[in-house]
Amino acid sequence: MNRIKETFQNKKDILNIYLTAGYPQLNDAVEIVQELAKQGVDMVEVGMPFSDPLADGPVIQKSSEIAIANGITVQQIFEQVQEIRKTVKDLPIFLMGYYNQLIQYGIADFLATAEKVGVDGLIIPDLPLATYQNEHKKLFEAHHIKMSFLITPQTNEQRISEIAQESSGFLYVVSSYAITGGKSSIEESQLAYFKKIEALQLDVPKLIGFGISDSETFNTACKYAEGAIIGSAFIKALTNEGDLKTKIDKFVQKIK
Amino acid sequence: MSYSVNNNGFYGDFGGAFIPEMLHHNVEELKNCYLDIIESDEFITEYKALLKDYVGRPTPLYFAKNLSKKYQSNIFLKREDLNHTGAHKVNNTVGQILLAKKMGKTRIIAETGAGQHGVATATVCALMNLPCIVYMGKIDIQRQAPNVARMKMLGAEVRPATSGSKTLKDATNEAIRDWIANPEDTYYLIGSVVGPHPYPDLVARFQSIISEEMKTQLQKQTGKNYPNKIIACVGGGSNAAGAFYHFLENEEVELIAVEADGKGVHSGQSAATTELGTSGIIHGSKTLMMQNSEGQITEPYSISAGLDYPGIGPLHAHLFKSGRGTFMGATDQEALDAAFELTQLEGIIPALESAHALAALNKLTLKKDECVVVNLSGRGDKDMETYMTHLSC
Ligand SMILES: Cc1ncc(COP(=O)(O)O)c(C=O)c1O
Repeated sequence: MNRIKETFQNKKDILNIYLTAGYPQLNDAVEIVQELAKQGVDMVEVGMPFSDPLADGPVIQKSSEIAIANGITVQQIFEQVQEIRKTVKDLPIFLMGYYNQLIQYGIADFLATAEKVGVDGLIIPDLPLATYQNEHKKLFEAHHIKMSFLITPQTNEQRISEIAQESSGFLYVVSSYAITGGKSSIEESQLAYFKKIEALQLDVPKLIGFGISDSETFNTACKYAEGAIIGSAFIKALTNEGDLKTKIDKFVQKIK
Repeated sequence: MSYSVNNNGFYGDFGGAFIPEMLHHNVEELKNCYLDIIESDEFITEYKALLKDYVGRPTPLYFAKNLSKKYQSNIFLKREDLNHTGAHKVNNTVGQILLAKKMGKTRIIAETGAGQHGVATATVCALMNLPCIVYMGKIDIQRQAPNVARMKMLGAEVRPATSGSKTLKDATNEAIRDWIANPEDTYYLIGSVVGPHPYPDLVARFQSIISEEMKTQLQKQTGKNYPNKIIACVGGGSNAAGAFYHFLENEEVELIAVEADGKGVHSGQSAATTELGTSGIIHGSKTLMMQNSEGQITEPYSISAGLDYPGIGPLHAHLFKSGRGTFMGATDQEALDAAFELTQLEGIIPALESAHALAALNKLTLKKDECVVVNLSGRGDKDMETYMTHLSC
């Protein structure tokens, strides 16, 4: 079953929520994803906490630091996904992490385990396109693990089409010159960029991410792409007082 | 065996550019233009003129008579401590600021650990009238107050890195994030032979002036244009890369790299990357680095903030793995002892980083007729507080 394909075929205005595994508590990802699924979130991106996350802003960095201090490991993340899959069958689950984590785990083992526990795709911002193509693509395909690469306002058209072609999950459209959580509103220049990408009529679904934080920015993004990704704003919401379920429900209901 | 970078930015198995797409354009832009610019006659003329008149080069190759007597050999000190701003770091910042200007960049960012690279960057930014932002770990800001003051007086903004371990690796992360957020006008002026290709090669080329001068000076002073041994300390590895550069292909020259063992290699407080590290990716480069089995980068320790980096540049990883380089370590105490020894014997107070290189003299068996060059990467003014603490006990 290709959960990603079905999701993009059957749903509109896709809401993809990022969470950091191991945050706020070591095993919370299980309950969080189950609750997100119940609330009708269309896709999730489970962050694998890394000590030196170059592409991430302060909110996600902080949550990663706490998760590492909680003792989270890649192995535990796989076990948590396995647990999630007992009840959450159709929701596409992406893992987002950094290349060094895959290298240290062993790429072949990582992909085999990911497939076994029910991971659908990966987002590895510092894995270069060429390295993926030359060294890893065959193995990804053999394990049915999809890849999502990023494009930014600086990526030129030729590179966009090359990246789009290799993005078997979705194309991750970074909304601005920023790390995650950078901005809180969408500016004119960003709209022009979204329009430009839309006009390319790429035959791969696009999700806009970085700086999408509320229903307004989410709805704007959905005009130009199949959906959007919310990360820092969700992590921030989890940081508030209160029980996990209530915080999650409140957050999702405000967006959807 | 080749020790130069190949077209893909690799030294053997190490190097490359493992960077998020957000940096792709910037790094490509730099990669595509750096050689054309820095190899142009116009650039070379400007660079050499600044090195001569502003930095004070060539730095002397000083025959250390008393030290030689003590170790029964012929020991020369390459006096990078006599550069303007007090360390080799300025060789690189002068080069990169000229490059940044030629590329039309108008805002300079840098990372710093001990503050030496930050000061050297703030200095050339003042000279070129460019705004300068230096990222520095919050903990390093506390322990390197004099250099923070110098940077501020030079007009730089010092921004504390408060993430992670709040030291050099985190300052580097913050500088890279700044670059991601400001890709068009900003030039990232990196301080060592680390980071994504082409930085390791770029910085090594600018530091190679050290071995270029050494060759001429040795010819004149010893009648032979190469030594038997060159000793340099390795944090990221820029002073060592510069001191080794023109001798990489000459197998007659033993290249000795000294890492900081801290309180002992296996004390849990060390920065001995080749002893404790494994292959991985740090700051966009595949190299040897200190990490746990999960790939989380571990925090190094050294008494000297300039050696307190959990990786080494890819060139050095290649020198280590290929056996071309001899890697050894010096503990905090050994470095302190070596610093006091040099001060007493030769009247030169070395930087704590350079003292690690000096400490190797005690561990090597030197021959009477051998010619040994120690790269004295910096002067010890910034370390006086540490030295005073140890003077009294
Ligand atoms: C005097 C001195 N020597 C050596 C180093 C270590 O850096 P590298 O290994 O790049 O030469 C530093 C870094 O701050 C320094 O200030």
